[in-house]
Amino acid sequence: MPVPETIAQPGSGVETDTGPGRPQPVTEVLRPHAEHAFAVELAALAAADDRPRPTRWRLSPWAVATYLLGGTLPDGTVITPKYVGPRRIVEVAVTTLATDRALLLLGVPGTAKTWVSEHLAAAVSGDSTLLVQGTAGTPEEAVRYGWNYARLIAEGPSRDALVPSPVMRAMAQGMTARVEELTRIPADVQDTLITILSEKTLPVPELGQEVQAVPGFNLIATANDRDRGVNELSSALRRRFNTVVLPLPATAEAEVDIVARRVEQLGRSLELPALPEGVDEIRRVVTVFRELRDGVTTDGRTKVKSPSGTLSTAEAISVVTGGLALAAHFGDGVLRPADVAAGILGAVVRDPAADRLVWQEYLETVVRERDGWKDFYRACREVSHDAR
Amino acid sequence: MASDGGTVSAGPKASADPMASGEGPASGGRLTSPATVRRGGGPLLLGVRHHGPGSARGVRAALEAEKPAVVLVEGPAEADALVALAGDPDMRPPVALLAHAVDDPGRAAFWPMASFSPEWIAIRWALDRGAAVRFIDLPATHTLAASDPTWSDGDDGEEGFAGGGARIDPIAELAGAAGATGAAGDGAAERWWEDVVELCAADDAGDPIAPFDALAEAMGALREAYGHGGHPRDLVREAYMRIQLRAARKEFGDSVAVVCGAWHVPALTRKTTVAADRALLKGLPKVKTELTWVPWTHRRLARRSGYGAGIDAPGWYEHLYAAPDRPVERWMTKVAGLLRAEDHPVSSAHVIEAVRLARNLAALRGRPAPGLDETTDAVRSVLCEGSDVPLDLVRDRLVVGDVLGEVPAGAPAVPLQRDLARRRRSLRLKPEATERTLELDLRKDMDGERSRLLHRLRLLGVGWGEPAAGRAGTGTFRETWRLRWEPEQHVQVAEAGVWGTTVEAAATARARSRAEAATALADITALAEQCLLAGLSGALPVVMRSLADRAALDTDVSRLAEALPALARSLRYGDVRGTDTAALAEVAAGLAERICVGLPSACAGLDTDAATAMRERIDEVHQAIGLLPDAAGPADRWAGVLRRLADRDRVPGVLRGRAARLLLDEGRIADGEAALLMSRALSPGTPPAGAAAWIDGFVGGASGGGLLLVHDERLLGLVDDWLTGVPAGAFTDVLPLLRRTFSEYEPGVRRTLGELVARGPGAGGAGHSTPGVPGFAATLDRERADAVLPLLHLVLGTEVMA
Repeated sequence: MPVPETIAQPGSGVETDTGPGRPQPVTEVLRPHAEHAFAVELAALAAADDRPRPTRWRLSPWAVATYLLGGTLPDGTVITPKYVGPRRIVEVAVTTLATDRALLLLGVPGTAKTWVSEHLAAAVSGDSTLLVQGTAGTPEEAVRYGWNYARLIAEGPSRDALVPSPVMRAMAQGMTARVEELTRIPADVQDTLITILSEKTLPVPELGQEVQAVPGFNLIATANDRDRGVNELSSALRRRFNTVVLPLPATAEAEVDIVARRVEQLGRSLELPALPEGVDEIRRVVTVFRELRDGVTTDGRTKVKSPSGTLSTAEAISVVTGGLALAAHFGDGVLRPADVAAGILGAVVRDPAADRLVWQEYLETVVRERDGWKDFYRACREVSHDAR
Repeated sequence: MASDGGTVSAGPKASADPMASGEGPASGGRLTSPATVRRGGGPLLLGVRHHGPGSARGVRAALEAEKPAVVLVEGPAEADALVALAGDPDMRPPVALLAHAVDDPGRAAFWPMASFSPEWIAIRWALDRGAAVRFIDLPATHTLAASDPTWSDGDDGEEGFAGGGARIDPIAELAGAAGATGAAGDGAAERWWEDVVELCAADDAGDPIAPFDALAEAMGALREAYGHGGHPRDLVREAYMRIQLRAARKEFGDSVAVVCGAWHVPALTRKTTVAADRALLKGLPKVKTELTWVPWTHRRLARRSGYGAGIDAPGWYEHLYAAPDRPVERWMTKVAGLLRAEDHPVSSAHVIEAVRLARNLAALRGRPAPGLDETTDAVRSVLCEGSDVPLDLVRDRLVVGDVLGEVPAGAPAVPLQRDLARRRRSLRLKPEATERTLELDLRKDMDGERSRLLHRLRLLGVGWGEPAAGRAGTGTFRETWRLRWEPEQHVQVAEAGVWGTTVEAAATARARSRAEAATALADITALAEQCLLAGLSGALPVVMRSLADRAALDTDVSRLAEALPALARSLRYGDVRGTDTAALAEVAAGLAERICVGLPSACAGLDTDAATAMRERIDEVHQAIGLLPDAAGPADRWAGVLRRLADRDRVPGVLRGRAARLLLDEGRIADGEAALLMSRALSPGTPPAGAAAWIDGFVGGASGGGLLLVHDERLLGLVDDWLTGVPAGAFTDVLPLLRRTFSEYEPGVRRTLGELVARGPGAGGAGHSTPGVPGFAATLDRERADAVLPLLHLVLGTEVMA
């Protein structure tokens, strides 16, 4: 089940090709870049913005914050909120970009890291495409520069034979570069960022040259610090970043809303039947996730242990979608406790020994006593026993 | 009473003529300002926010400029006698004026003052300059006589958060009027005030009086709109203040400065008649009160501690007041120092970046200078790398702070001492320097009270009585104490005075704070036991909550198992002492639940020593679960756990054997099933050492296992068969364990077992009774057996219980 990364966005979509594609007519692509999709708002903001702008910034920091958080301009233009969450976070993020420190957005899946980073880049530099997607196989060339080997062999090392990375282009043009999933990148490749971020220069020893960053350059990285299989940032690199942790939805209602909305979208694309009365079950899944994640029950009276998994909103979505598929194909089309129980068990119990205890304790001390949760308790007991 | 003559000026009567040295720029500015504060050359009215560092700076500057002969401070009028102590070199803020009713020390009110409180600054200024100090608020004798002497009511009208729903928050109102609305909700008003008053007052270039003028004007408008704004008592207090102000003016002319909550300033300038004010004060109830200074802490100043002194961040405010310049830079350096001391790597570059981020954030948010919000955001993002864990440390240690005030030894006695003396009199316990032993029978009221008092004192760290081993052993209704009063215990009592005004209140507060600070589960169970012994039902909810929280997060089942017996014991004590133990029972049940969940996996793969320790835990838990009220549910689940233990191969033999035995004793499995379990455990494939351990667990120890073998020949036969089947090589390995198992039996049982084995299997038939035992008939004589029952009931108390 693919885990959607950007939940807070109204119209989500597929990751597009991150190449240096130039502006295309908005209507023709599946998912336009932020700077195209919201071009009108950006232009209105730029027109209304009379505050000082840092060098090469398209907008002032205040206008960037307004672009993300939404508001109404003096001329009546309504800026839609791109990020629904604490104002403080956006303000710190924008302010960081105006200093010479890079910005690191941390958070579990489903907290709109990528979404925020894209819109920040679009508002600050008017271009969100200078992107390096971090994977376990991201090579150094993706961060520094590569070579056009045909030219290299034909003409020898020259500036023309050099293929700049997005980061290098951002440095030269004073733009905002983005690195997605920084912690997926192997540690040695990560560390090539240190020189770029501290010295603001990228040496090209083959040519005896260097590319120096011009004012306006900065970098936004996103990372997931709670997943498994990540490469911890070295503290040398970590020191170059100001860190902003994007929180999970603040209230259960907000989270239920996000889950319900995404489940409906996914369900439509998977051609599952629409779920009647399913919102109770969604609320239950979200409640379980939130309680285990926060280590305390919703009423605040009982503490519970937290399992090792992240229990992100994205996982809640996949649990509900899985349950829905189960109900559609093998059940009576109504989402029932039994349909989600197995999914929850799988999401919670990542470590077979410790997490199972956490889960059983939660079942026995919290779920068993709760009004209206009898079916769910029984369903969970059943799947727990099956798995034993 | 205090209005006519109770006032004692602290210093020498003001001698300096305040007008003689009127300083140029200040008085010039004053004349041109819209003089609400000093209408018609009247007294200098300095409206402040209690504990506002900006207000404090402003007050100091204004007093320096005007040099009044007397300073009137909002505070209980009786405190005039205590003013001189504020100048004592041993007095270190934060301190509080404490007023309490003489007959009822529990009735008390506090007026806390920190080093950055405007009131404190004004008092110190006056003492240093030889000006007189008078407290002008309604005397505590009246405030304490009112039905609800919560101190927030006695304090200020500014902070509307303290309770009553209809109250308005003047700061929020002003902020709203100034257009400061924010997504941060209630933080917006706070921030507005910080920007406009606290942070701006830091630059002292301008006219020191002007900010007070502006504030007085704004408050005047508010008072016009809202009247007393939900504090009807304010009208009475203000009438009293006006009377005091008139008296002061009669004595000192216009050379008078008043430092009071900004909310009250408009009321002090109101034109009323003396008669009208006196009429308001007529017939107020009175109670005999005493006042003293007590040490205070920053934590109590902070709002979240529940005392509601009105400020979130005493540490930050103190820093703002104390820092000579560049407050943000100095603050970040402090934070970095703290984080380094706690092993978080923080470099100077971090500090630089944090300061920059805070500045830029302030600019983005349109604030004149970084406030606490900006600095906290910067600390989180740069110094703490986004993590809230070190940030909590910063909040706790710096933003709130650990500062503890001091009060000179000459301050009047704290009410706790008085309360203790009263209780000692009523309980007829004399403090004697020679040691004596006190026997208490808790079923008597007087002795019960005595026991509670001694237990409470122990909780407070006053070592007057030490429990001694009583002659009745561990009986639940007898206690033996060794009493000895030593001089230093006076000091201990005085120290304990910070916790409260009566022994009970202080012990409750202390127990609560210990419960919140405790980390180990066993500490809290011990504390719970102490609370029950001391009859502190007020502290129990907090202790129980803390206990439940720790238990929920503790992953070590053996620690949980250790804690449960103490709880079960407490439940029994609770019965004897008549305390409410419902909460305790609930926690105990939760604990039992967690043990049931975690025990099976905690028992897997233990080595011999750990298994032996675990066996004891299991025995204890088994007993404890039987003691729980409404034990049927937990007992069923516990039986299920034992069942799983008995069945699991990975559980050490001794535990499996023990579990099987407990099940058999409880009648949860039939005899035949026990034999099945045993034969499985002793089957030839099992390593002999494991099998021997199983036997040890099943019949070993002082649990009457020998008799079981005597009475059930089938089991004996199984053991016998197994033993004879052990290979010669392994026999020497298992011999020590078996020897230990069987040597603990009583000689008679051992002899009988020997005889049975010697006689050979099956001789007595397969029945449960063994006719061969000497002195026993072949069948049971029911009549004679029944004759024992009444006595048994009496001994066990079963009839009473049922």
